[in-house]
Amino acid sequence: MTSIGTGYDLSASTYSPDGRIFQVTCLLRSFAHQSILIQVKVEYANKAVENSGTAIGLRVKDGIVLAVEKLVHSKLLVPGANRRIQTIDRHIGLATAGLLADGRHLSNRARDEAASYRDNYRQPPPLKSIADRLGLYVQAYTLYSSVRPFGISTILGAVDKDGPALYVVEPSGVFFGYNGAAVGKGRQLAKTELEKLKLAELSTRQAVMEAARMYVTVSYFSSAIPKGYFDYSIYLVHDDAKEKEFELEISWIGDETNGLHLPVPKDLHAEAEAAAKAALENFE
Amino acid sequence: MDHIDWNRLKTGEVNLGTSIMAVQFDGGVVIGADSRTTTGSYIANRVTDKLTHVHDRIYCCRSGSAADTQAVADIVHQGLQMYSQTAGEAPSVHHAASLFQRVCYENKDALSAGIIVAGWDKEVGPSVYNIPLGGGLFRQPWAIGGSGSTYVYGYCDATYKEGWGRDETVTFVKNTLALAMARDGSSGGVIRMCVITEDNVERLFVPGDELPKFWEGREVLGATALKNRAADKGVVPMAVEA
Repeated sequence: MTSIGTGYDLSASTYSPDGRIFQVTCLLRSFAHQSILIQVKVEYANKAVENSGTAIGLRVKDGIVLAVEKLVHSKLLVPGANRRIQTIDRHIGLATAGLLADGRHLSNRARDEAASYRDNYRQPPPLKSIADRLGLYVQAYTLYSSVRPFGISTILGAVDKDGPALYVVEPSGVFFGYNGAAVGKGRQLAKTELEKLKLAELSTRQAVMEAARMYVTVSYFSSAIPKGYFDYSIYLVHDDAKEKEFELEISWIGDETNGLHLPVPKDLHAEAEAAAKAALENFE
Repeated sequence: MDHIDWNRLKTGEVNLGTSIMAVQFDGGVVIGADSRTTTGSYIANRVTDKLTHVHDRIYCCRSGSAADTQAVADIVHQGLQMYSQTAGEAPSVHHAASLFQRVCYENKDALSAGIIVAGWDKEVGPSVYNIPLGGGLFRQPWAIGGSGSTYVYGYCDATYKEGWGRDETVTFVKNTLALAMARDGSSGGVIRMCVITEDNVERLFVPGDELPKFWEGREVLGATALKNRAADKGVVPMAVEA
Protein backbone atom coordinates (compact mmCIF):
# COMPACT_ATOMS: atom_id res chain seq x y z
CA MET A 1 0.00 0.00 0.00
CA THR A 2 2.16 2.84 -1.17
CA SER A 3 -0.03 5.79 -1.96
CA ILE A 4 -2.10 6.76 1.05
CA GLY A 5 -4.63 9.57 0.82
CA THR A 6 -2.77 12.73 0.02
CA GLY A 7 -5.88 14.65 -0.79
CA TYR A 8 -7.78 11.91 -2.62
CA ASP A 9 -9.23 10.45 0.53
CA LEU A 10 -11.47 13.26 1.58
CA SER A 11 -14.62 12.16 -0.08
CA ALA A 12 -16.44 9.05 -0.93
CA SER A 13 -16.76 10.11 -4.51
CA THR A 14 -13.15 10.97 -5.26
CA TYR A 15 -10.84 8.64 -7.13
CA SER A 16 -7.12 8.86 -6.60
CA PRO A 17 -4.87 8.80 -9.69
CA ASP A 18 -4.48 5.06 -9.44
CA GLY A 19 -8.21 4.52 -9.30
CA ARG A 20 -8.78 4.09 -5.58
CA ILE A 21 -11.46 5.54 -3.35
CA PHE A 22 -9.89 5.74 0.04
CA GLN A 23 -12.86 6.46 2.23
CA VAL A 24 -15.51 4.17 1.04
CA THR A 25 -16.28 1.30 -1.17
CA CYS A 26 -18.03 2.45 -4.28
CA LEU A 27 -18.29 -0.20 -6.77
CA LEU A 28 -17.81 0.84 -10.32
CA ARG A 29 -14.78 -1.40 -10.57
CA SER A 30 -14.24 -5.11 -10.75
CA PHE A 31 -14.73 -7.33 -7.76
CA ALA A 32 -10.98 -7.58 -7.15
CA HIS A 33 -10.72 -3.84 -7.03
CA GLN A 34 -13.68 -3.63 -4.67
CA SER A 35 -11.95 -5.83 -2.19
CA ILE A 36 -8.96 -3.51 -2.30
CA LEU A 37 -11.24 -0.53 -1.57
CA ILE A 38 -12.69 -2.26 1.45
CA GLN A 39 -9.20 -3.06 2.63
CA VAL A 40 -8.24 0.60 2.43
CA LYS A 41 -11.15 1.72 4.54
CA VAL A 42 -10.33 -0.88 7.11
CA GLU A 43 -6.64 0.02 7.01
CA TYR A 44 -7.47 3.50 8.17
CA ALA A 45 -9.48 1.98 10.96
CA ASN A 46 -6.49 -0.14 11.94
CA LYS A 47 -4.43 3.04 12.25
CA ALA A 48 -6.72 4.26 14.99
CA VAL A 49 -5.97 1.08 16.86
CA GLU A 50 -2.24 1.22 16.33
CA ASN A 51 -1.99 4.59 17.99
CA SER A 52 -3.77 3.69 21.19
CA GLY A 53 -2.53 2.31 24.48
CA THR A 54 -1.55 -1.36 24.40
CA ALA A 55 -3.93 -4.07 25.49
CA ILE A 56 -2.86 -7.67 26.00
CA GLY A 57 -4.52 -10.96 26.80
CA LEU A 58 -3.05 -14.22 28.04
CA ARG A 59 -4.72 -17.61 27.92
CA VAL A 60 -3.12 -19.84 30.51
CA LYS A 61 -3.63 -23.21 32.12
CA ASP A 62 -6.55 -22.39 34.36
CA GLY A 63 -7.89 -19.06 33.10
CA ILE A 64 -7.45 -15.74 31.34
CA VAL A 65 -5.66 -12.48 32.18
CA LEU A 66 -6.41 -9.20 30.40
CA ALA A 67 -4.35 -6.06 30.86
CA VAL A 68 -4.61 -2.56 29.46
CA GLU A 69 -2.14 0.29 29.52
CA LYS A 70 -4.17 3.38 30.29
CA LEU A 71 -2.34 6.43 29.07
CA VAL A 72 -3.48 9.05 31.54
CA HIS A 73 -3.59 12.36 29.71
CA SER A 74 -4.51 14.62 32.59
CA LYS A 75 -3.53 14.88 36.25
CA LEU A 76 -7.14 15.79 36.98
CA LEU A 77 -8.40 12.31 36.15
CA VAL A 78 -9.39 10.14 39.12
CA PRO A 79 -6.97 7.23 39.37
CA GLY A 80 -8.65 3.90 38.83
CA ALA A 81 -11.64 5.45 37.10
CA ASN A 82 -12.48 5.18 33.40
CA ARG A 83 -12.08 1.43 33.23
CA ARG A 84 -11.15 0.15 29.80
CA ILE A 85 -11.82 -3.51 30.52
CA GLN A 86 -15.54 -4.25 30.49
CA THR A 87 -17.38 -7.29 31.81
CA ILE A 88 -19.78 -9.03 29.49
CA ASP A 89 -22.28 -11.36 31.21
CA ARG A 90 -20.43 -12.68 34.27
CA HIS A 91 -17.64 -14.73 32.83
CA ILE A 92 -16.39 -12.72 29.83
CA GLY A 93 -13.90 -9.85 29.78
CA LEU A 94 -13.60 -7.39 26.90
CA ALA A 95 -10.59 -5.08 26.47
CA THR A 96 -10.31 -2.61 23.62
CA ALA A 97 -7.53 -0.65 21.99
CA GLY A 98 -8.42 2.22 19.70
CA LEU A 99 -11.29 4.69 19.75
CA LEU A 100 -12.72 4.26 23.22
CA ALA A 101 -16.23 5.37 22.31
CA ASP A 102 -16.35 2.62 19.70
CA GLY A 103 -15.20 0.27 22.43
CA ARG A 104 -18.13 1.18 24.64
CA HIS A 105 -20.55 0.74 21.77
CA LEU A 106 -19.19 -2.72 21.06
CA SER A 107 -19.32 -3.65 24.76
CA ASN A 108 -22.99 -2.78 24.84
CA ARG A 109 -23.60 -4.85 21.76
CA ALA A 110 -21.69 -7.76 23.29
CA ARG A 111 -23.85 -7.53 26.39
CA ASP A 112 -27.00 -7.60 24.29
CA GLU A 113 -25.73 -10.62 22.40
CA ALA A 114 -24.91 -12.43 25.63
CA ALA A 115 -28.33 -11.60 27.05
CA SER A 116 -30.05 -12.85 23.90
CA TYR A 117 -28.08 -16.10 24.04
CA ARG A 118 -29.17 -16.55 27.63
CA ASP A 119 -32.81 -15.88 26.71
CA ASN A 120 -32.75 -18.51 24.04
CA TYR A 121 -30.62 -21.22 25.55
CA ARG A 122 -30.85 -20.53 29.29
CA GLN A 123 -27.11 -20.90 29.68
CA PRO A 124 -24.11 -18.60 29.82
CA PRO A 125 -22.85 -18.04 26.27
CA PRO A 126 -19.63 -19.74 25.19
CA LEU A 127 -17.02 -17.20 24.10
CA LYS A 128 -16.85 -18.68 20.62
CA SER A 129 -20.42 -17.62 19.88
CA ILE A 130 -19.98 -14.10 21.29
CA ALA A 131 -16.82 -13.61 19.24
CA ASP A 132 -18.66 -14.89 16.17
CA ARG A 133 -21.55 -12.49 16.65
CA LEU A 134 -19.26 -9.52 17.30
CA GLY A 135 -17.23 -10.40 14.23
CA LEU A 136 -20.39 -10.35 12.13
CA TYR A 137 -21.46 -7.05 13.67
CA VAL A 138 -18.12 -5.33 13.14
CA GLN A 139 -17.92 -6.62 9.57
CA ALA A 140 -21.31 -5.14 8.75
CA TYR A 141 -19.90 -1.68 9.30
CA THR A 142 -17.42 -2.23 6.48
CA LEU A 143 -20.16 -2.73 3.91
CA TYR A 144 -21.80 0.65 3.60
CA SER A 145 -20.68 4.12 2.69
CA SER A 146 -22.97 5.69 5.25
CA VAL A 147 -21.05 4.34 8.22
CA ARG A 148 -17.41 4.04 9.10
CA PRO A 149 -15.71 0.86 10.34
CA PHE A 150 -15.06 0.44 14.05
CA GLY A 151 -11.71 1.91 15.05
CA ILE A 152 -10.96 -0.75 17.66
CA SER A 153 -9.37 -4.11 18.12
CA THR A 154 -11.12 -6.06 20.82
CA ILE A 155 -9.61 -8.75 23.01
CA LEU A 156 -12.23 -11.11 24.43
CA GLY A 157 -11.43 -13.57 27.17
CA ALA A 158 -13.54 -16.05 29.09
CA VAL A 159 -13.60 -19.37 30.83
CA ASP A 160 -16.52 -21.39 29.53
CA LYS A 161 -17.49 -25.01 29.34
CA ASP A 162 -14.69 -25.73 26.88
CA GLY A 163 -12.03 -24.16 29.11
CA PRO A 164 -10.22 -20.79 28.85
CA ALA A 165 -10.69 -19.00 25.53
CA LEU A 166 -9.16 -15.83 24.04
CA TYR A 167 -10.23 -14.09 20.81
CA VAL A 168 -9.30 -10.86 19.06
CA VAL A 169 -11.79 -9.10 16.78
CA GLU A 170 -10.24 -6.63 14.33
CA PRO A 171 -11.87 -3.66 12.53
CA SER A 172 -12.38 -5.75 9.41
CA GLY A 173 -14.54 -8.16 11.38
CA VAL A 174 -12.06 -10.99 11.17
CA PHE A 175 -11.36 -12.78 14.43
CA PHE A 176 -9.00 -15.48 15.58
CA GLY A 177 -8.45 -17.47 18.73
CA TYR A 178 -5.15 -16.97 20.48
CA ASN A 179 -3.05 -18.22 23.33
CA GLY A 180 -1.57 -14.75 23.75
CA ALA A 181 -2.62 -11.51 22.08
CA ALA A 182 -1.55 -7.88 21.99
CA VAL A 183 -3.09 -4.87 20.24
CA GLY A 184 -2.26 -1.15 20.21
CA LYS A 185 0.95 0.86 20.24
CA GLY A 186 3.35 -1.57 21.88
CA ARG A 187 1.98 -4.72 20.35
CA GLN A 188 5.12 -5.78 18.50
CA LEU A 189 7.19 -5.70 21.64
CA ALA A 190 4.44 -7.28 23.68
CA LYS A 191 4.06 -10.11 21.17
CA THR A 192 7.78 -10.75 21.28
CA GLU A 193 7.59 -11.00 25.04
CA LEU A 194 4.48 -13.19 24.91
CA GLU A 195 6.15 -15.63 22.57
CA LYS A 196 8.87 -16.19 25.12
CA LEU A 197 6.39 -17.40 27.73
CA LYS A 198 5.16 -20.96 28.17
CA LEU A 199 1.54 -19.89 28.51
CA ALA A 200 0.07 -23.36 28.88
CA GLU A 201 2.05 -23.92 32.07
CA LEU A 202 1.33 -20.67 33.88
CA SER A 203 -1.33 -20.18 36.50
CA THR A 204 -3.49 -17.05 36.38
CA ARG A 205 -1.57 -15.59 39.30
CA GLN A 206 1.73 -16.03 37.47
CA ALA A 207 0.14 -14.60 34.34
CA VAL A 208 -0.83 -11.43 36.21
CA MET A 209 2.79 -10.98 37.24
CA GLU A 210 3.93 -11.56 33.67
CA ALA A 211 1.42 -9.07 32.30
CA ALA A 212 2.64 -6.33 34.62
CA ARG A 213 6.24 -7.14 33.79
CA MET A 214 5.45 -6.94 30.12
CA TYR A 215 3.90 -3.52 30.39
CA VAL A 216 6.82 -2.20 32.29
CA THR A 217 9.21 -3.68 29.74
CA VAL A 218 7.18 -2.46 26.78
CA SER A 219 7.01 1.03 28.18
CA TYR A 220 10.71 1.01 28.78
CA PHE A 221 11.65 -0.20 25.35
CA SER A 222 9.08 1.71 23.43
CA SER A 223 10.49 5.08 24.30
CA ALA A 224 12.00 4.81 20.85
CA ILE A 225 8.53 4.87 19.24
CA PRO A 226 7.69 8.33 17.91
CA LYS A 227 4.77 10.39 19.11
CA GLY A 228 1.42 8.79 18.58
CA TYR A 229 -1.85 10.08 17.19
CA PHE A 230 -3.01 11.56 20.47
CA ASP A 231 0.22 13.44 20.83
CA TYR A 232 1.79 11.91 23.85
CA SER A 233 4.74 9.56 23.88
CA ILE A 234 5.58 6.41 25.74
CA TYR A 235 8.23 7.00 28.32
CA LEU A 236 10.61 5.27 30.58
CA VAL A 237 8.83 3.75 33.50
CA HIS A 238 11.29 4.62 36.13
CA ASP A 239 10.97 8.30 35.45
CA ASP A 240 8.84 9.20 38.47
CA ALA A 241 7.36 12.42 37.18
CA LYS A 242 6.10 10.78 34.05
CA GLU A 243 5.06 7.55 35.73
CA LYS A 244 1.70 8.99 36.67
CA GLU A 245 0.85 9.24 33.01
CA PHE A 246 0.49 5.51 32.73
CA GLU A 247 -1.94 3.38 34.68
CA LEU A 248 -2.15 -0.36 34.45
CA GLU A 249 -5.54 -2.05 34.54
CA ILE A 250 -5.51 -5.84 34.95
CA SER A 251 -8.39 -8.28 35.19
CA TRP A 252 -8.57 -12.03 35.45
CA ILE A 253 -10.89 -15.03 35.13
CA GLY A 254 -10.06 -18.44 36.54
CA ASP A 255 -10.14 -20.82 39.45
CA GLU A 256 -9.36 -18.06 41.94
CA THR A 257 -12.36 -16.05 40.78
CA ASN A 258 -14.69 -19.01 40.45
CA GLY A 259 -15.06 -18.41 36.76
CA LEU A 260 -16.17 -14.77 37.14
CA HIS A 261 -14.45 -11.89 35.35
CA LEU A 262 -13.04 -9.61 38.04
CA PRO A 263 -10.42 -6.91 38.45
CA VAL A 264 -7.27 -8.26 40.01
CA PRO A 265 -7.27 -7.67 43.80
CA LYS A 266 -5.36 -4.60 44.93
CA ASP A 267 -2.67 -6.51 46.78
CA LEU A 268 -1.88 -8.76 43.84
CA HIS A 269 -1.85 -5.76 41.53
CA ALA A 270 0.62 -3.91 43.74
CA GLU A 271 2.75 -7.03 44.10
CA ALA A 272 2.84 -7.50 40.33
CA GLU A 273 3.80 -3.92 39.62
CA ALA A 274 6.49 -3.92 42.28
CA ALA A 275 7.97 -7.17 41.00
CA ALA A 276 7.94 -5.82 37.47
CA LYS A 277 9.80 -2.68 38.40
CA ALA A 278 12.34 -4.66 40.39
CA ALA A 279 12.94 -6.93 37.41
CA LEU A 280 13.47 -3.93 35.18
CA GLU A 281 15.98 -2.39 37.55
CA ASN A 282 17.86 -5.67 37.66
CA PHE A 283 17.90 -5.74 33.90
CA GLU A 284 19.49 -2.35 33.81
CA MET B 1 -71.23 -21.09 30.27
CA ASP B 2 -70.65 -23.93 32.69
CA HIS B 3 -68.06 -25.76 30.61
CA ILE B 4 -64.96 -23.94 29.44
CA ASP B 5 -63.05 -25.75 26.75
CA TRP B 6 -59.66 -25.22 28.31
CA ASN B 7 -58.08 -27.09 25.45
CA ARG B 8 -59.10 -24.23 23.16
CA LEU B 9 -59.44 -26.44 20.13
CA LYS B 10 -61.17 -24.84 17.20
CA THR B 11 -64.04 -26.63 15.46
CA GLY B 12 -62.73 -29.54 13.46
CA GLU B 13 -59.23 -29.19 14.84
CA VAL B 14 -57.33 -32.38 15.32
CA ASN B 15 -56.40 -33.33 18.85
CA LEU B 16 -53.61 -35.48 20.13
CA GLY B 17 -55.53 -36.63 23.19
CA THR B 18 -52.69 -38.71 24.28
CA SER B 19 -50.55 -40.71 26.57
CA ILE B 20 -46.86 -39.85 26.29
CA MET B 21 -43.91 -40.47 28.55
CA ALA B 22 -40.16 -40.37 28.77
CA VAL B 23 -37.88 -42.05 31.29
CA GLN B 24 -34.17 -41.56 31.87
CA PHE B 25 -31.92 -44.53 32.59
CA ASP B 26 -28.19 -44.96 32.93
CA GLY B 27 -27.18 -45.13 29.30
CA GLY B 28 -29.98 -43.15 27.67
CA VAL B 29 -33.68 -42.41 27.63
CA VAL B 30 -36.76 -44.40 26.65
CA ILE B 31 -39.62 -42.38 25.21
CA GLY B 32 -43.04 -43.71 24.34
CA ALA B 33 -46.47 -42.69 23.10
CA ASP B 34 -49.80 -44.11 22.05
CA SER B 35 -50.94 -43.66 18.46
CA ARG B 36 -54.42 -42.12 18.50
CA THR B 37 -55.33 -38.77 16.94
CA THR B 38 -58.93 -37.65 17.34
CA THR B 39 -61.23 -35.04 15.85
CA GLY B 40 -63.95 -35.03 18.44
CA SER B 41 -64.85 -38.72 18.75
CA TYR B 42 -63.63 -39.75 15.30
CA ILE B 43 -60.20 -41.31 15.30
CA ALA B 44 -58.51 -39.41 12.48
CA ASN B 45 -55.32 -41.47 12.67
CA ARG B 46 -55.01 -44.70 14.66
CA VAL B 47 -51.32 -45.26 13.93
CA THR B 48 -49.88 -41.79 14.60
CA ASP B 49 -46.21 -41.28 15.33
CA LYS B 50 -46.05 -38.78 18.18
CA LEU B 51 -42.33 -39.22 18.74
CA THR B 52 -40.71 -36.50 16.68
CA HIS B 53 -37.05 -36.09 15.77
CA VAL B 54 -35.58 -32.63 16.42
CA HIS B 55 -31.95 -33.63 16.33
CA ASP B 56 -29.78 -36.75 16.03
CA ARG B 57 -30.14 -37.71 19.67
CA ILE B 58 -32.99 -35.43 20.76
CA TYR B 59 -36.66 -36.32 20.34
CA CYS B 60 -39.86 -34.82 21.59
CA CYS B 61 -43.21 -36.38 22.53
CA ARG B 62 -46.17 -34.30 21.40
CA SER B 63 -49.54 -33.91 23.10
CA GLY B 64 -52.34 -31.38 22.65
CA SER B 65 -53.19 -29.86 19.31
CA ALA B 66 -51.55 -31.77 16.46
CA ALA B 67 -51.07 -28.65 14.34
CA ASP B 68 -49.58 -26.63 17.18
CA THR B 69 -47.14 -29.29 18.24
CA GLN B 70 -46.03 -30.01 14.69
CA ALA B 71 -45.42 -26.30 14.08
CA VAL B 72 -43.45 -25.90 17.29
CA ALA B 73 -41.39 -29.01 16.60
CA ASP B 74 -40.58 -27.72 13.11
CA ILE B 75 -39.40 -24.39 14.50
CA VAL B 76 -37.18 -26.07 17.05
CA HIS B 77 -35.87 -28.52 14.46
CA GLN B 78 -34.74 -25.60 12.30
CA GLY B 79 -33.30 -23.76 15.29
CA LEU B 80 -31.23 -26.77 16.30
CA GLN B 81 -29.96 -27.24 12.75
CA MET B 82 -28.80 -23.61 12.78
CA TYR B 83 -27.20 -24.12 16.15
CA SER B 84 -25.23 -27.18 15.13
CA GLN B 85 -23.99 -25.35 12.02
CA THR B 86 -22.88 -22.17 13.79
CA ALA B 87 -21.57 -23.72 17.00
CA GLY B 88 -19.95 -26.61 15.16
CA GLU B 89 -21.18 -29.16 17.67
CA ALA B 90 -24.31 -31.09 18.57
CA PRO B 91 -26.79 -29.16 20.72
CA SER B 92 -27.51 -30.39 24.21
CA VAL B 93 -30.97 -31.57 25.28
CA HIS B 94 -31.04 -28.48 27.50
CA HIS B 95 -30.68 -26.28 24.44
CA ALA B 96 -33.53 -28.01 22.68
CA ALA B 97 -35.73 -27.81 25.75
CA SER B 98 -34.94 -24.10 26.16
CA LEU B 99 -35.99 -23.41 22.57
CA PHE B 100 -39.21 -25.38 23.04
CA GLN B 101 -39.92 -23.56 26.26
CA ARG B 102 -39.30 -20.17 24.66
CA VAL B 103 -41.84 -20.83 21.92
CA CYS B 104 -44.40 -22.43 24.22
CA TYR B 105 -44.24 -19.72 26.87
CA GLU B 106 -44.20 -16.70 24.59
CA ASN B 107 -47.15 -18.01 22.62
CA LYS B 108 -48.95 -19.59 25.53
CA ASP B 109 -52.25 -17.84 24.75
CA ALA B 110 -52.40 -19.18 21.24
CA LEU B 111 -50.97 -22.66 21.71
CA SER B 112 -52.29 -25.87 23.11
CA ALA B 113 -49.16 -27.96 23.38
CA GLY B 114 -47.77 -30.23 26.05
CA ILE B 115 -44.33 -31.45 25.08
CA ILE B 116 -41.79 -33.79 26.62
CA VAL B 117 -38.23 -33.33 25.33
CA ALA B 118 -35.78 -36.17 25.89
CA GLY B 119 -32.46 -37.32 24.55
CA TRP B 120 -28.77 -37.84 25.05
CA ASP B 121 -25.91 -35.31 24.88
CA LYS B 122 -22.25 -35.49 25.75
CA GLU B 123 -22.33 -32.86 28.46
CA VAL B 124 -24.87 -34.41 30.76
CA GLY B 125 -25.74 -37.78 29.26
CA PRO B 126 -29.44 -38.66 29.24
CA SER B 127 -32.06 -36.12 30.29
CA VAL B 128 -35.83 -35.58 30.21
CA TYR B 129 -37.56 -32.19 30.23
CA ASN B 130 -41.29 -31.73 30.71
CA ILE B 131 -42.97 -28.64 29.20
CA PRO B 132 -46.65 -28.64 30.19
CA LEU B 133 -49.33 -26.25 28.94
CA GLY B 134 -48.24 -22.99 30.57
CA GLY B 135 -44.73 -23.15 29.13
CA GLY B 136 -42.77 -23.95 32.27
CA LEU B 137 -39.61 -26.01 32.01
CA PHE B 138 -39.04 -28.93 34.37
CA ARG B 139 -36.23 -31.41 34.28
CA GLN B 140 -37.30 -34.76 35.74
CA PRO B 141 -35.99 -38.33 35.79
CA TRP B 142 -39.29 -39.48 34.27
CA ALA B 143 -42.20 -37.51 32.88
CA ILE B 144 -45.69 -38.38 31.68
CA GLY B 145 -48.08 -36.21 29.70
CA GLY B 146 -51.26 -36.05 27.71
CA SER B 147 -54.83 -36.78 28.70
CA GLY B 148 -54.09 -40.40 29.52
CA SER B 149 -51.33 -39.56 31.94
CA THR B 150 -53.74 -38.53 34.67
CA TYR B 151 -54.80 -42.16 35.10
CA VAL B 152 -51.32 -43.49 35.63
CA TYR B 153 -49.66 -41.11 38.05
CA GLY B 154 -50.30 -43.54 40.88
CA TYR B 155 -48.90 -46.50 38.97
CA CYS B 156 -45.77 -44.56 38.01
CA ASP B 157 -45.15 -43.20 41.50
CA ALA B 158 -45.51 -46.66 42.97
CA THR B 159 -43.41 -48.47 40.39
CA TYR B 160 -40.53 -46.21 39.34
CA LYS B 161 -37.12 -46.94 40.77
CA GLU B 162 -33.76 -45.37 40.03
CA GLY B 163 -30.94 -47.44 38.66
CA TRP B 164 -32.88 -49.43 36.08
CA GLY B 165 -31.26 -50.64 32.93
CA ARG B 166 -32.61 -50.41 29.41
CA ASP B 167 -34.95 -53.40 29.47
CA GLU B 168 -36.58 -52.59 32.77
CA THR B 169 -37.18 -49.05 31.62
CA VAL B 170 -38.75 -50.26 28.37
CA THR B 171 -41.07 -52.53 30.36
CA PHE B 172 -42.02 -49.66 32.65
CA VAL B 173 -42.88 -47.42 29.71
CA LYS B 174 -44.82 -50.17 27.95
CA ASN B 175 -46.86 -51.05 31.02
CA THR B 176 -47.64 -47.46 31.89
CA LEU B 177 -48.80 -46.62 28.41
CA ALA B 178 -50.91 -49.76 28.20
CA LEU B 179 -52.69 -48.84 31.43
CA ALA B 180 -53.26 -45.29 30.26
CA MET B 181 -54.57 -46.44 26.91
CA ALA B 182 -56.95 -48.85 28.61
CA ARG B 183 -58.60 -46.10 30.64
CA ASP B 184 -58.39 -42.98 28.46
CA GLY B 185 -60.77 -42.78 25.52
CA SER B 186 -58.48 -40.35 23.70
CA SER B 187 -55.54 -42.75 23.83
CA GLY B 188 -55.18 -46.07 22.11
CA GLY B 189 -53.93 -47.94 19.09
CA VAL B 190 -50.34 -49.12 19.22
CA ILE B 191 -47.41 -48.26 21.45
CA ARG B 192 -44.45 -46.60 19.78
CA MET B 193 -41.20 -46.28 21.70
CA CYS B 194 -37.68 -45.00 21.02
CA VAL B 195 -34.58 -45.89 22.98
CA ILE B 196 -32.05 -43.07 22.60
CA THR B 197 -28.45 -43.74 23.62
CA GLU B 198 -25.08 -42.31 22.71
CA ASP B 199 -24.70 -44.78 19.86
CA ASN B 200 -28.07 -44.81 18.16
CA VAL B 201 -31.83 -44.40 18.26
CA GLU B 202 -33.77 -47.67 18.29
CA ARG B 203 -37.46 -47.65 17.44
CA LEU B 204 -39.74 -50.20 19.07
CA PHE B 205 -43.30 -51.08 18.13
CA VAL B 206 -45.98 -52.92 20.10
CA PRO B 207 -49.09 -53.71 18.04
CA GLY B 208 -52.54 -53.25 19.55
CA ASP B 209 -53.14 -56.96 20.07
CA GLU B 210 -49.88 -57.47 21.94
CA LEU B 211 -50.37 -54.80 24.56
CA PRO B 212 -49.65 -55.91 28.11
CA LYS B 213 -52.85 -57.01 29.77
CA PHE B 214 -53.88 -56.16 33.29
CA TRP B 215 -57.08 -56.69 35.16
CA GLU B 216 -59.70 -56.90 32.44
CA GLY B 217 -62.78 -56.65 34.62
CA ARG B 218 -65.37 -59.25 35.46
CA GLU B 219 -69.17 -59.26 35.24
CA VAL B 220 -70.48 -59.41 38.78
CA LEU B 221 -74.29 -59.21 38.51
CA GLY B 222 -76.01 -62.01 36.58
CA ALA B 223 -77.55 -65.52 36.83
CA THR B 224 -74.30 -67.32 37.38
CA ALA B 225 -73.57 -65.10 40.28
CA LEU B 226 -76.89 -65.70 41.93
CA LYS B 227 -76.57 -69.42 41.50
CA ASN B 228 -73.21 -69.42 43.16
CA ARG B 229 -74.43 -67.38 46.00
CA ALA B 230 -77.36 -69.65 46.76
CA ALA B 231 -75.26 -72.81 46.40
CA ASP B 232 -72.47 -72.12 48.76
CA LYS B 233 -73.97 -71.55 52.03
CA GLY B 234 -76.57 -73.61 53.62
CA VAL B 235 -77.84 -70.27 54.64
CA VAL B 236 -81.36 -70.65 55.89
CA PRO B 237 -83.63 -67.71 56.05
CA MET B 238 -84.57 -66.74 59.56
CA ALA B 239 -87.74 -68.32 60.87
CA VAL B 240 -90.51 -65.91 61.23
CA GLU B 241 -92.52 -66.27 64.36
CA ALA B 242 -96.10 -66.96 63.84
